[in-house]
Order: sequence, then C-alpha cells, then structure tokens
Amino acid sequence: MATCPECEGALALGGDVQTGEIVVCGDCGVDLEVVGTSPVALALAPHEAEDWGE
Amino acid sequence: MKIGVLFSRVRVEEKWLFEALEKRGPDGVSYDRIDDREAKFNLDAPGEWLNYDVVLERSISYGRGLYACQVLNTWGIPTVNTAAVAATCGDKLVTSAALQAAGVPQPNVRVAFTPESALEAIEEMGYPVVLKPVIGSWGRLVARANDREAAEAILEHREALGNYQHQVYYIQEYVHKPNSRDIRAFVVGDETIAAIYRTSSHWITNTARGGVGTNCPVTPELNAICLAAAKAVGGGVLAIDVLETADRGFLINEVNHTMEFHSSVPATGIDIADKVIDYVVEVGKKHDEDGSIPNYKLPVTSAAGAAQ
Repeated sequence: MATCPECEGALALGGDVQTGEIVVCGDCGVDLEVVGTSPVALALAPHEAEDWGE
Repeated sequence: MKIGVLFSRVRVEEKWLFEALEKRGPDGVSYDRIDDREAKFNLDAPGEWLNYDVVLERSISYGRGLYACQVLNTWGIPTVNTAAVAATCGDKLVTSAALQAAGVPQPNVRVAFTPESALEAIEEMGYPVVLKPVIGSWGRLVARANDREAAEAILEHREALGNYQHQVYYIQEYVHKPNSRDIRAFVVGDETIAAIYRTSSHWITNTARGGVGTNCPVTPELNAICLAAAKAVGGGVLAIDVLETADRGFLINEVNHTMEFHSSVPATGIDIADKVIDYVVEVGKKHDEDGSIPNYKLPVTSAAGAAQ
C-alpha cells in the first residue's frame, strides 16, 4: 500500500509496478509517478510541457 | 550488444519495449533504462555513453530527445531515431519542407510570420484552414478556422503566447475526412508494418484526443506513400499520419518520430515493440560492423540548427 503525497489517500498497486510509471490517485485524481518500488514510493508527476508528445 | 533506452515515463509502450529487450537477453542483448531527467553529457568526454552500441530515444520531451540524440550522434553513437530525423519530424514546417522537396503529396501549406500576413495567406487559401504550432503534439493548440472572425481570434491568441515559435504561422489546408477518419501507419526501416484507422466525431482524430483505432489494411498504395514519407524525413521508426481524399489519393499530414502505439497493437495484432527492437538491434549491429549511423545529416533548417 502506498500513500498519495497530495491527499494522503491509500493506493493499492500491483507487484509489477515499475519506476517511472504514472498512476492516478483514486481519491484526489492527481497524476503520480512511481519513484521507487521496494517499498513503493510516489511523487507528484511532472506537468505536461509544451514540447511533450510524439 | 548494449542498448540504452532514453525515456521520460514508463508508459505501456515502454513496458512493451522493455519486455521485447528482455526477451533478447539470451541473444547477448542487454539494455539500460536512462531517465532523461538524470542524463548528463560532457561534450569532451563521452565516458560511459560509449558503452552503448545504439540508443533508443523515447523521451516525451521533444527538446530532451532531440538534443540528447544530437550529442550522441556527434560522438558517433547511433540513435533510433537520429537527431536529424527528430529535428525534421519535431517541426511541422521542416517536415512539410522535407516532404515538398521529395515530392511527397501533402495538404497545401502556407507560412507567414506576422498575424497580418498570416491572415492574408489564410484568405488566399480559403476557409476552412487549420492552424498548427510548428512544435507540438497530441493535437495541442491545433485550431480550425472556418471564417475570418475565427482566424483573427486564433491569430490574436497565438500572438500573446510566449514562445517565438507561436509566431511562425503554419497554415494547412483543411482536408475533409471521409468517414470521419484518418490513417496512422507505422514504418520501421523499409516496411510499413501496420496501420490503423483513427475515427472520431471530432475533426481532430488523435487517439490522445479520443480517436478510436481499428485495423487498416496496408495496401501497396498506402505502403508506397508511407515509405516515401519516411524516406523524405530521413527514415527509421516513424508513425505517419495519412489523410484520404476522393480526388487526390493519400496525403501525408504529419510524421512522428517517437511514436505511441498502445492503441494500435490491440487493433492490428502486430507486435510493434518487437519490430522496433529488431530494427534497433539491426542499427546497432551495422554500426558495430562499419561505424555507420544511418541517415545522419541535419536538415537545412531545424530547431537543432537554430540552436547551434
């Protein structure tokens, strides 16, 4: 179980979660980046920048 | 062989690419995940970067991907795609110029540098027109102007935006989409490996904006124009956006150099990630044999060129 750094809501993430993956907090809806996997650690994901894309 | 994967986020595409790389472990292929936020380059001392036979660039940030590849290519390290291809595809005007130079059919494009001259160019073209930022993706800030009032409003908004590139007015003919769809085709090397129709009730059909992907047969005609477009921008691993017309056949709308394909794999049944990795390994092998970087040349004009 991981904790949302924005709202302190609890997130249940699968065992195959990877560093760099983006997950969404079910409580507050904020985008979170997985910054560690053992134990799972979350940080606010960077906001979309103007040059992001394909 | 050692492959570097430069990435920003681990999306579904990156997971599939990592899986495809891990499958090649018994064949002697290893890889590193390189977060572009942590990447550093000393131009005088490539250091550990030289351990890579090839680097796959998967940055979400156009700037980071472009400049990382520029440095790596300068050191003689091949990248998929090359900096030259990124510089061409990352700028819609440079892409259109490359297509024009190669004689690849595309919608009519006009360019102007002030709101006044842009409005004149729009009126000469005739409504509706599509205004696109030269840099940008996912349909961001792409706007259709159906009349003069809308065009004036868009131009006024663009003038207020900070980045100078918003004052480069790229005006594209609006092409009516039959069946409310366009085509996204995937070129890897010299093959169009798959294609999808992107269908949407909105005139912007990007899957990032709600377009729905279904399989599109790769006909000889579609394959030919996609390969021509890929060759025009320098080749590699590319997603080609194609418009269908009743009287002019296929037209190339855009070419994307760090393609997303999460909705295309289920629609086509093609393992795109596996084919991408096949190509990356091939580039790495060729470089090891003869030191070459395929299609390594900067376009005449580009964001990279402007920064040099």
